[in-house]
Amino acid sequence: MTELSRSHLDQLENQSIFIFREAYHAFKNIAMPWSMGKDSNVLIWLARKAFFGRVPFPVLHIDTTYEFPEMLEFREWATKYHNLNLIVRINTEARARGIGYETYDPVTVTHELKTVALQQALAEYKWDALITGIRRDEDPTRAKERYFSPRNAQFEWDYKDQPPEFWGQFVTTTAKGEHVRVQPLLDWTEVDVWRYIQRENIPIPKMYFARNGKRFRSLGCSPITQPIESTASTIDEIIAELEATKTTERAGRAQDHYERNAMQKLRAKGFL
Amino acid sequence: MIEKGNAQRSTSNAQPPTPDIEPKLRVVFAGHVDHGKSTLIGRILHDTGSLPEGKIEEIGKACAAEGMQFEYAFLLDALLEEQKQNVTIDTTEIPFRTARRRFAIIDAPGHKEFLKNMITGASRADAAILVIGADEGVREQSRRHAYLLSMLGINQVIVVVNKMDLVDYSEQHFREIEQDYRKFLQQLGLNARTFIPASAKQGENVARASMKMKWYCAASVLEALDLLEPQKRDVDLPLRFCVQDIYRFDGRRIIAGRIETGTLRVGDQLVFSPANKSSVVATIERWGNAPANGAAMAGDSIGITLAEQIFVERGYVASHQNETPVETNRFHADLFWIVREPLRVGHFYDLRLATQQVKCQIVSIEEVTDSSTLQTTSEGREQLERNEVGRLTIQTRGPLVMDNHDRIPNLGRFVIIDEGQICGGGTIFGGIYTDRTVAKSKNIFWTEGKITARARAMRSGHRGAVIWLTGLSGAGKSTVAQALERELFQRAIHTYVLDGDNIRHGLNSNLGFSPDDRVENIRRVSEVAKLMADSGTVVITAFISPYRMDRSRAREIALEGNAEFIEVFVDAPLEVCEARDPKNLYKKARAGQIREFTGIDAPYEAPEDPEIVVHTDRQSVDESVATILEQLLPRLRAVE
Repeated sequence: MTELSRSHLDQLENQSIFIFREAYHAFKNIAMPWSMGKDSNVLIWLARKAFFGRVPFPVLHIDTTYEFPEMLEFREWATKYHNLNLIVRINTEARARGIGYETYDPVTVTHELKTVALQQALAEYKWDALITGIRRDEDPTRAKERYFSPRNAQFEWDYKDQPPEFWGQFVTTTAKGEHVRVQPLLDWTEVDVWRYIQRENIPIPKMYFARNGKRFRSLGCSPITQPIESTASTIDEIIAELEATKTTERAGRAQDHYERNAMQKLRAKGFL
Repeated sequence: MIEKGNAQRSTSNAQPPTPDIEPKLRVVFAGHVDHGKSTLIGRILHDTGSLPEGKIEEIGKACAAEGMQFEYAFLLDALLEEQKQNVTIDTTEIPFRTARRRFAIIDAPGHKEFLKNMITGASRADAAILVIGADEGVREQSRRHAYLLSMLGINQVIVVVNKMDLVDYSEQHFREIEQDYRKFLQQLGLNARTFIPASAKQGENVARASMKMKWYCAASVLEALDLLEPQKRDVDLPLRFCVQDIYRFDGRRIIAGRIETGTLRVGDQLVFSPANKSSVVATIERWGNAPANGAAMAGDSIGITLAEQIFVERGYVASHQNETPVETNRFHADLFWIVREPLRVGHFYDLRLATQQVKCQIVSIEEVTDSSTLQTTSEGREQLERNEVGRLTIQTRGPLVMDNHDRIPNLGRFVIIDEGQICGGGTIFGGIYTDRTVAKSKNIFWTEGKITARARAMRSGHRGAVIWLTGLSGAGKSTVAQALERELFQRAIHTYVLDGDNIRHGLNSNLGFSPDDRVENIRRVSEVAKLMADSGTVVITAFISPYRMDRSRAREIALEGNAEFIEVFVDAPLEVCEARDPKNLYKKARAGQIREFTGIDAPYEAPEDPEIVVHTDRQSVDESVATILEQLLPRLRAVE
């Protein structure tokens, strides 16, 4: 009899696949937001694992119109590569009103161009579940999330009264207008994500790798996302860098730090 | 202010563990409110150098801004409200590492209202640290949490007697608490490995041995953590593969699910419960960069294909032949209840066990235990209040596949759902393995006002429907209809076959075989089928029904009555049907003894877009029925 064993990554992968399949069974109308960031691409990979090579629901890109050109190129390429059913949404109404990083603070702009755009898409497509790539280790508020996390019709997250979740049983019912955030990567850490990208050879945008002494650790809108000082040009070097660092992953994301508890306020209003 | 330079790094100089090889060990921190769980966690993170740069300063500044003293607890209580109330409100999970391994801390709240969060956190843990404040000693939640940990199956427990600085580091004080609590834990069958006197605030016996408690020379908290083991994957238990879904993305039929316990290999003979049908594993399916095809083990999310097609759907449990699970609709369980609305005897709930979901009724409450005092009462209780644990008898509407909790925990536990919310969790005991027959269910009546289709569906557990079989004479409609009826009947589905035998001789005895009479024949059958479907029955009609127009009217009639209509084309080539000729009708038609016989001198208009096609020249009766069931059962379940 062969000795069977499973690594930490195997266990994470298995649990994520389980969650994908539970969600696909429980909800009729699912979409998966896709930012083209590393976690988002791992999510697509895991969906393909869960559904034997395909992503059986649409992926949604909320285009803020402040995307890095390289990200848009990657979007076109990866859509074909994974054979995705891609929906792109822009909050054109807010842009027409002049909402932009040139004129407003990052919390307002992020809310309008991301959260409101998502609300608009949800109103149109009436998805009852969104599969998101958030992880507990990203931010203290995300640490409190559930695998299946209900959002009310106003999009609010009632983090003070979350449903219990144990023994692989989740809350899968939604009232009219509500939706559930399904979060298969909740238990993963940043390093787990990188090791998995490496192990599975998952395509990601090149901006994560150092060029001219800088690289992006987290990717968002171009005006408010800063690269970090880094010479890490391979995944091994990135992992080595992460294991030594004590800076938080989202430190380069301006909207998180604009005011105290900015992330909590954004998330309570529906930000991923 | 914070002295960052003081951090103890005794453990972080050694070789770091290889993250991909060794899983994180999850440790839940539980205990009474204000006994210092969050402080202990904050201290551990600090002392192992696990905090992001700037975190301590950030919290320090925030404290200064609010005019408060810095506390390690604030590291966790990152949400605004929590800082205000000074109470942890939800489960957080924080990674840290020692020289030996990686950990994730699960912080379970101590506030009484947040039991469900504690269970959410604790259910994922490999081990538990129970924190007791030395100044207050063992309190209500110290006991309640231990009780729940024992029910959740967590058996590695470390007890930290915290705040020793408040009792002058007194050994006698510590020993008294230890003696008291050890006795309580033993009653629960929990064996605490270590009792550690500590002060999280002062860092005594957390990362380093305390100079103030020289009378204690056993492990510090970090040393005790290093001695814990990850919960074993249940590879050595009997196989339980729980079906989540059936996928047909690329034409193949892949049974997707998770192996809860045991191992599964290509070539294994599997028994699927509750149907009790058997087949051999043809392939194990995984996409992409996956382990070799030979075997899958507990914890793996996989797909399989079977050598012979048998009907399988979500909720089925596959096992090996000599180690089948219990199958019953009445069982005993211990249940903890976590919502305000009490559990009531006689009330109906949804029950979920692995991927099964059935309606259940609480038959009786035999005994109720207060999870804090462990006092039990057994006189006729009709309901179970929040925070109580009851010993119950439960009856389910359909057969439930299960194991005793002490044999196979994953299949021995379930949740109770009311109005879509998880209200409690239970563990099963006393199931008898030899008994594979389904006990006859008792009469169960709903108390309802107006009897709606929904109410009927709720009572019978399925909706009414019309299954319309069409096809040439001799195609096998009656045979398939009867086999299908039998399968449905065995699943406790109300069902009835309408065919020439019971319609032509009575209701339609005044009709012949002229085109007009044929139309009227089918119209009457359609109307009767609609009424029966409305009464909650799954009606199977087996008529040649050769005209498209008639069948589409049958569909309209059914839909008017809000009944599900499923057209099944029972397809076999004319030559095959004529060769079978079970009633010698083709011979008679060829000889001119019967006029206007479909296929010979009257047309058969094959369905253009039937819901289901079965090919009886290529498929066996069982295969045809399996094809129909696969589409039909999910539709019947949809009670909206």
